[in-house]
Amino acid sequence: MTTTETAAPLVRLTEAGKNYGNIVALQGVNLEVSAGEVTCVLGDNGAGKSTLIKIIAGLHQHTHGSYEVEGQPVHFNSPREALDHGIATVYQDLAVVPLMPVWRNFFLGNEVKKGPRMDIPFMRKTTKQELLDMGIDLRDVDQAIGTLSGGERQCVAISRAVHFGAKVLILDEPTAALGVKQSGVVLRYIIQARERGLGVIFITHNPHHAYPVGDRFLLLKRGQSLGYYRKSEVTRDELTALMAGGAELEELSHELEQGGAESAAAAKVLEEEVHELGIDRVSSGDNK
Amino acid sequence: MSQTVDVKPTSPPARDERLVRRSLLSRLLTRPEIGALLGAIVIYIIFFAVAPPFRDAGSLSTVLYVSSTYGIPAVAVALLMIGGEFDLSAGVAVTTSALVASIFSYQFTANMWVGVLVSLVVALLVGFIDGYLVVKTGIPSFLVTLGTFFMLRGLNLAVTKLITGNVGTNDVSTIDGFNSAQKVFSSSFSIGGVQIRITLLWWILFILVGTWVLLRTQIGNWIFAVGGSAPSSRAVGVPVDRVKIGLFMAVGFLCWFTGMHILFAFNTVQSGIGLGNEFIYIVAAVVGGCLLTGGYGSVIGAAIGAFIFGMANQGIVYAGWNPDWFYFFLGALLLGAILLNNWVRQRAEAMR
Repeated sequence: MTTTETAAPLVRLTEAGKNYGNIVALQGVNLEVSAGEVTCVLGDNGAGKSTLIKIIAGLHQHTHGSYEVEGQPVHFNSPREALDHGIATVYQDLAVVPLMPVWRNFFLGNEVKKGPRMDIPFMRKTTKQELLDMGIDLRDVDQAIGTLSGGERQCVAISRAVHFGAKVLILDEPTAALGVKQSGVVLRYIIQARERGLGVIFITHNPHHAYPVGDRFLLLKRGQSLGYYRKSEVTRDELTALMAGGAELEELSHELEQGGAESAAAAKVLEEEVHELGIDRVSSGDNK
Repeated sequence: MSQTVDVKPTSPPARDERLVRRSLLSRLLTRPEIGALLGAIVIYIIFFAVAPPFRDAGSLSTVLYVSSTYGIPAVAVALLMIGGEFDLSAGVAVTTSALVASIFSYQFTANMWVGVLVSLVVALLVGFIDGYLVVKTGIPSFLVTLGTFFMLRGLNLAVTKLITGNVGTNDVSTIDGFNSAQKVFSSSFSIGGVQIRITLLWWILFILVGTWVLLRTQIGNWIFAVGGSAPSSRAVGVPVDRVKIGLFMAVGFLCWFTGMHILFAFNTVQSGIGLGNEFIYIVAAVVGGCLLTGGYGSVIGAAIGAFIFGMANQGIVYAGWNPDWFYFFLGALLLGAILLNNWVRQRAEAMR
């Protein structure tokens, strides 16, 4: 369901699809993100999330449908081209080089030059300031980025994208490898990025992370769109149920019930979980 | 989880109270070349103690000369290694360069400098082909350059024999331009009665340029990055392929330079020399703190590594030891240096 708005959204995919040879990796996906909006892409492993972001980021080209940036149809041949259109991606592996100092990573590919050499004092200072603005106070920007915690590294990657003029930020499972507290920190940066007027595409498989920060939700399953909702059209519980594949869990619990006492106990637990899924665990984070 | 979305701006704290000012020593210990430096000092002291001739300024000059002939290609080999690749063809590429310049000028009765320039083009081309094959095929550079190593080795011998009918080239010392080329690539001068070979000055220049490029320029940042993580570098827009091909060409350039030195030092070139030297360049780089996996290392470290090699090479002679044992010592030195490097790095990281 595409919504027509007066201003063209920053990114809009219409019925986009991608085949790898005879394998259909993605089919008929609609997605849009406007300035100051967070669009969440939810899906389990193999749902096509990676393919989707690779298309948006310029690593792959879509084979079907259309991809528009600010109303202009595009066909990116490299991540560089996407970057030039203001679309920056923060990958799961963050695209940082662990052995290199934080400031070298921050400016990697966008080094500030002063004649033939780099303006190192400026780059150090800017890195420190940008991270401070994002709320990370680093001891030493000369420390190898590999020595930072996962959340800190994530934030370095996000603030780097913001600093270099990203209009759209694609975040590939930024909370996947993080603990509860660190995830919270990252979610705060997502909101901060949105408040700075960026469009954010947030890829995750965790509806509890997606719902509080998202404005639109795209659910993917087996390369196809399972649904595309605005926040007003879906509740957290519905989202969770769709995501977790509530029906499938129930089916699994039935199967287990037929397999002896121990399995039945497991089935009971599972069933309870299906019913409790998502309920009374999260307070509403709606901040509009 | 309850999601609070108040974005509180963090106020800058007072200047880094968490950072204890580190001593010069502890900062020094985090440098990649520190292990090599300690090793060099120990080896220097050992030979200084056991080999009286080693103490002469003249001997030091010889040691430095030998070190420079290995150290010059090692500068580029270290950069390449930091960029995450190997070049096993570097040793024979030196010979190829010398052969090409020599044979070209002799056969075409061209000015020596024409041969020198043709050789440069060939050397850069060999580097380009190595690099191109590595980045386009994705085959590890160890294998690609192993292939080019054997190919060059065969070409060196076969083409030389085909053209000169001999395993060596003809004497080029009477060709026009020989003298001026010799001045550039293989002359010497004396300071206070000590003969200094010009390769030492070139070596120092290449070390300075290499270090400056690596630590102070955008290219240097990219070299560290492509060696540390090529996919990450590509994702942020670093031209990974071009950096790697450029590094292979830099190795080609310094191999060419070394080949020119050999040509103008001996006037003729034996087609079979240079075998095994590629390992010495790699040893120098590794002893100097370059990680085999890329992304970490230093040009100065590689220079110290080459100096250690030069000391061991000459010191054994000065000490009157049986030179048959040389390669045993070289191997032991390599292992020792790697262990020392690992230990120092772990200590340094623990200190941070």
